[in-house]
Amino acid sequence: MARYFLIRLVSLVISLIVASVVIFSLIEIIPGDPAAFMLGINAQEDTVAALRAELGLDVSPVTRYFEWIGGMMTGDFGTSYTYRTPVTEMIGERLWISLPLALIALALSTLIAFPVGILAASRRGSMTDTVIMGFTQLGVAIPNFWFAMLMVLVFAINLRWFSAGGFPGWDEGFLAGLKALTLPAVSLALPQASILARVMRSALVDTLDEDFMRTARAKGLNRRQAIWRHALRNAMIPVLTIIGLQFSFLLAGAIIIENVFFLPGLGRLIFQAISQRDLIVVESVVMLLVFAVIVVNFAVDIAYALVDPRLRRQA
Amino acid sequence: MNVKTLTSAIALTLAAGATQAETGLIVGIQLEPPHLDPTSAAAGAIDQVLYSNVFEGLTRFGPDGSVNPGLAESWEISEDGLTYTFKLHEGVTFHDGTTMDADDVVFSLDRARAEDSANAQKALFAEIKTVEAVDPSTVRVTLSSANGSFLFNMAWGDAVIVATESIEDIKTMPIGTGAFKFSNWVQGDQIELVRNENYWGTPASLESATFKFISDPTAAFAAMMAEDVDVFYSYPAPENLPQFEADPRFEVLVGSSEGETILSTNNLMEPFTDIRVRKALAHAIDRQAIIDGAMFGLGTPIGTHFAPHNPDYVDLTANSQYDPELAKSLLAEAGYPDGFTTTLKLPPPSYARRGGEIIASQLRAVGIQTEISNLEWAQWLEQVFRGKDFGLTIVSHTEPFDIGIYARPDYYFQYDNPDFQKLIADLTAETDPAKRSELIAMAQTIISNDYVNVYLFQLAVPTVVKAGVQGIWPDAPTQAIDLTVVSWSK
Repeated sequence: MARYFLIRLVSLVISLIVASVVIFSLIEIIPGDPAAFMLGINAQEDTVAALRAELGLDVSPVTRYFEWIGGMMTGDFGTSYTYRTPVTEMIGERLWISLPLALIALALSTLIAFPVGILAASRRGSMTDTVIMGFTQLGVAIPNFWFAMLMVLVFAINLRWFSAGGFPGWDEGFLAGLKALTLPAVSLALPQASILARVMRSALVDTLDEDFMRTARAKGLNRRQAIWRHALRNAMIPVLTIIGLQFSFLLAGAIIIENVFFLPGLGRLIFQAISQRDLIVVESVVMLLVFAVIVVNFAVDIAYALVDPRLRRQA
Repeated sequence: MNVKTLTSAIALTLAAGATQAETGLIVGIQLEPPHLDPTSAAAGAIDQVLYSNVFEGLTRFGPDGSVNPGLAESWEISEDGLTYTFKLHEGVTFHDGTTMDADDVVFSLDRARAEDSANAQKALFAEIKTVEAVDPSTVRVTLSSANGSFLFNMAWGDAVIVATESIEDIKTMPIGTGAFKFSNWVQGDQIELVRNENYWGTPASLESATFKFISDPTAAFAAMMAEDVDVFYSYPAPENLPQFEADPRFEVLVGSSEGETILSTNNLMEPFTDIRVRKALAHAIDRQAIIDGAMFGLGTPIGTHFAPHNPDYVDLTANSQYDPELAKSLLAEAGYPDGFTTTLKLPPPSYARRGGEIIASQLRAVGIQTEISNLEWAQWLEQVFRGKDFGLTIVSHTEPFDIGIYARPDYYFQYDNPDFQKLIADLTAETDPAKRSELIAMAQTIISNDYVNVYLFQLAVPTVVKAGVQGIWPDAPTQAIDLTVVSWSK
């Protein structure tokens, strides 16, 4: 187990270093000068030069790379070119929206997908199975932004139960914040739940045909006991993989939903920062997301080993 | 019985919510200000939130673009037009309680024109030679050469008066003299202002004002329909406007802006060096078709680089009547009987992207092929504006009274006409209003006759407001949303 853990850890560190170089160089290559962008079309050349110096853009990219990396090690992501506030603070604020949103969506998706997938698998070929699979097919097919707009139309414009978007801030109270995240979380969760339910079903269906299931039934377990004790645990590997991928996607990929609901999350921050050429923010947020994805994958790898003892021994 | 009590309780709560809402106003805008210092960035959103509301200048723009007294209650101009003596309002304080006096004016103007100034409109201050405080309520500004636009220049958001004491944190904690005080900024979501109870002038009617940032057009529609916002300024989805017009809950204001939208032409690139080719472009384009097709009918055709709502505007649209046959024969005359191929670089706004497609097809009809490329603003600035690497581009020039850009030969469309440059120099030095009008008319005519660019239309600003909101400026003489005179009807 220790060896398995160590190998995963080394690969995590290497991934991070490679990612930081790729991100930094890609962002340095894209055309567009942040200072010129901020000052607009009437600015004089000397003003642009003064601002470049003020932003620290007049030093070489290599120096800036090491300053950036060095800062990140100590938790200092630098100062945003456009907003002139510490990037760490900005990310922190946005994370307080994106992270709860991703977690709520993931929880909803799992809560829906597990029972539905298990039900469909255990009644394989029945009417229930067909209906559930039909609905999940639909859930996968519906684009989540369209579903989001539909929900705004029904719950915000017609019923007036929720506001059409925005985020009041957690200062306004936990419930107000939760309310603002409800519609976005549901729109994010629906397609994820559909995918997860389908994966759950097919993984479970595969294990139901295994010999050990027949043995389990033969030693006297009823169908439900056999599924809970033996089939489910064996079906977890693909399901965990999907959950890991989904969490990374939900954290970084909520950008369209954040736009529909005008939520000030990480996705929108990065989108704004790219168009404003706020390079330091783009670099730091992307790096953070890469970090999150890599760490989640690491956690999933560890979880595999926990549910499947064979993996521990192999490594 | 219980149900009945509950219903009436809910009704009461709702009613309370409604009355509470009518002392404040929530304004939706598309872009969030990057920071809150109007004197060190070009972003229009900064002025939209802060101009006149939080910060004030010596002079200020009225709803029709006229220049009115601001922090200066009056001024005297010397015979030679070189010395301006401003008399400041007395008893004006900044929101932090410090006094606004002549020293603050000296500080603000000196800061804007300093060597290391980050002012995006530094040219506004170019003629200033010295700024002196005569006494706490009198400021004398001496110019190196007369400038007929000086009072106009001082009304810009980039020329507002800031305080020495609070300049350090201006980007996150703006302290001005206006009728509203900055209260809170939930980054990415909203900025809240509250009424300044110690305002030196007529106090605002609204107790608070909140600006909400909603960039997505569909989200803007939803927020307005759900009545999450009371006003949506410069509403981004013109296709929905008829729906708001038909709804008694809303009112639609369509105003004029300072945005001359033009098909900008690289005057130093072949074949646009030939005036016959530029004239052919002008006649190949059907302005009304672009306004109808790309702008849903919003916009006024123009024939020169000047705002039609300005009293000095000269209607020169006849100079570039839609006439594809004439365009073809002009091209043939210039030696391009089969047309030519050029680039058309489009920045993100819909006037450019949608308008670009229509223009491309109209140009194709007279034989001009265009290679369209869609650029982000940062790329546009780098390639087109600074790199001058383009044949054609579409852009709206939103600065007020900016015809002077045609006197700058290094400006991106690279028009170099010494007669015109002389005319603008004369205009700048002229202070007599009648003579100024005459020169302005001449300037408009020269650039129209030279077909420097294809002048398409004046950008319209549609604003959706909830019924009962009064005093929103329909026109946009500057990028401001002045809420000081806005109120709810009883």
